[in-house]
Amino acid sequence: MSKAVSEPTPARAQPVRNRFFATSTFRLALLYTLLFGVSVLALLALFYWSADRALERQTSEAIEAEIQALNERYRIAGITGLTAAITERASRPRVSDMLYILATSDGVPLAGNMTAWPKDVRRQDAWLLFPIERHWQTGEVERSEARARSFELPQGLRLMVGRDNRERLTLRALMIEASAWSLLAVVVLGIGGGLVLSRRVLGRIDAVARVAEEIRSGAVTARVSLAGSGDEFDRLAETLNRMLDEIERLVGSIRSVTVNIAHDLKSPLTRLRGRLEMALRSIDSEGHGELVQQAIEEADGLIATFNALLSIAEAQSGGSAAEMSDLDLAQLVEDAGDLYEPLAEERSLRLEAKAEHGAVVRANREMLFQALANLIDNALKYAPSGGVVRIWAGLGPDGAELSVADHGPGIPEAERARVIEPFVRLDQSRGTPGSGLGLSLVAAIARLHGAELRLEDNQPGLRARLVFGRERAASARQAAGSH
Amino acid sequence: MRILLIEDDATTAAYVERALSECGYLIEHVGDGRDGLFRATDGGYSLVILDRMLPGLDGLSVVQALRAAGIPTPVLILSALGQVDDRVKGLRAGGDDYLTKPFAFAELLARVEALLRRKSAPPQEVTRLTLGDLEMDLLRREVRRGGRLIDLKPREFRLLEFLLRHAGQVVTRTMLLEGVWDYHFDPQTNVIDVHISRLRQKIDKGFEPPLLHTVRGAGYIMRV
Repeated sequence: MSKAVSEPTPARAQPVRNRFFATSTFRLALLYTLLFGVSVLALLALFYWSADRALERQTSEAIEAEIQALNERYRIAGITGLTAAITERASRPRVSDMLYILATSDGVPLAGNMTAWPKDVRRQDAWLLFPIERHWQTGEVERSEARARSFELPQGLRLMVGRDNRERLTLRALMIEASAWSLLAVVVLGIGGGLVLSRRVLGRIDAVARVAEEIRSGAVTARVSLAGSGDEFDRLAETLNRMLDEIERLVGSIRSVTVNIAHDLKSPLTRLRGRLEMALRSIDSEGHGELVQQAIEEADGLIATFNALLSIAEAQSGGSAAEMSDLDLAQLVEDAGDLYEPLAEERSLRLEAKAEHGAVVRANREMLFQALANLIDNALKYAPSGGVVRIWAGLGPDGAELSVADHGPGIPEAERARVIEPFVRLDQSRGTPGSGLGLSLVAAIARLHGAELRLEDNQPGLRARLVFGRERAASARQAAGSH
Repeated sequence: MRILLIEDDATTAAYVERALSECGYLIEHVGDGRDGLFRATDGGYSLVILDRMLPGLDGLSVVQALRAAGIPTPVLILSALGQVDDRVKGLRAGGDDYLTKPFAFAELLARVEALLRRKSAPPQEVTRLTLGDLEMDLLRREVRRGGRLIDLKPREFRLLEFLLRHAGQVVTRTMLLEGVWDYHFDPQTNVIDVHISRLRQKIDKGFEPPLLHTVRGAGYIMRV
């Protein structure tokens, strides 16, 4: 019941269209279209304005030229000559858009191609603007605007020379039409392109989402396929695939640790149960206390295993970093030598502790001692009877270091990386007691101290070195010196 | 002797209460940090056993408050965290000893007795420790048994000194590691046992009666 409630709604169930218009690609395409449209509009406006100005100038120049010519005529031949010239000009075929009118002061036309002196005249600088109608022979009436100049002549006569602006108006209309079409094209292309682009991008993102969904439903080996173009989507896919590989590896190692924990704890728990059962049956007999004692020892072993796991977790979480102080490794080695010497002797081994003072590191004293103790425990466990176990601390070629060396069977090179994983025990050590957590804890403590655990061949045997590196040793010495 | 147990976990509390009662102690139990501090400030307890994680007021604050109020009652801190730092923090806050859950009852009892003893016989400047015919001269660093001089290495001397100062009490291996070597860690092997058996060789071999006894499942005790 609760499963149904907690199950998240799959992303797939959303309608495709909504999702499509909500994509960032689409929004981007829309914004791009808008910007592009505005710039096209601005460009067209600029073009329109300059073309319009050019036409206006052309018109003005044509009118000025006519006025010049008529003025010449007037000076030579007077009113009669002017009238003749105007009449001659007005009778030219109508291709020219020039307008002429010579009229009396009360507006009666004497010559020219206009029927009357225009009304509704607006002034713009030296120019007169007025609407005109043209009646073509076909019966069409064309309305447009004219641009003209007028002059007062002697005898109360008035002359007006102008030009029909219809070319300019036609151009204007054309330009506006063209702009509208261009804008429409921009919008259609922009949105269409945006749609196509977002569909493509969405397709590739959907591929990633599908893989994620597959993995969620249990197909942990699923991976995002690459397009092969090496673009950012391919790079994203590669990164995701690497991440998935890493997660798979981690999940695998967690699983194996879990299986190992279960496996390693099952036997002592079974023995514990067996002993308690026997103790229950023999409650009044002689060996009762002994059985209970054995059960307690089994339980202690289990607790020790969990303590080691907790210590590893603590070291891995880095929680103890705050409790670090400057520590001379020599002191640690001397203490460890003192503590373990009798145990070594009992096992017919010689424990040699040598230390050079001056290898100072920032460390958590208890944890580092635990690490050293684990290494010594291991060495004492595997060193052959009559042998020597050497503990050393000092400044090595790579800075401050701590090492424990024995002449036991050692660890084959291929296994060295594996033995620091929790619960990994080599076949040769199956017969000896131990939880398989000792080296894991050492490695975790080393990492916490920024040190490196190196397992090397001691020819024969194993040399375990905790190398702190030059920088750490130096900075710790400096810190120690400044106090 | 009255012991105040401040512990919110009912199972642990019942276990500690029952076991210590059986050993003849009078236990009073509270499950809350605030009440605990109130009772500890008020009543004349010989010892306070204090859980680290408590509702109301956490364990460390309780110790700090007690010490700030000038109350010298020994405090044993219990913790489920089991981490070195917590131990350091606990002792720094004013706790007298620190024990990690899960613990063996023997370990708890040994530490309770050590703390109670320390309280009833505050450490005074002694120059001689004796048990039966065993004598330790702390000034001359000499040990004699039955008048015969016994040759001890410095570490063996300190081990024996610790045992003699706790004569008649059970001393656990962890207590020895902390008290004699000043390290708190989990040895995977019986390092301490070997030191003890060496010491036993020197002080008990050829003498009657044996003074250094092993207490199974708990540790060691020195008694006549």
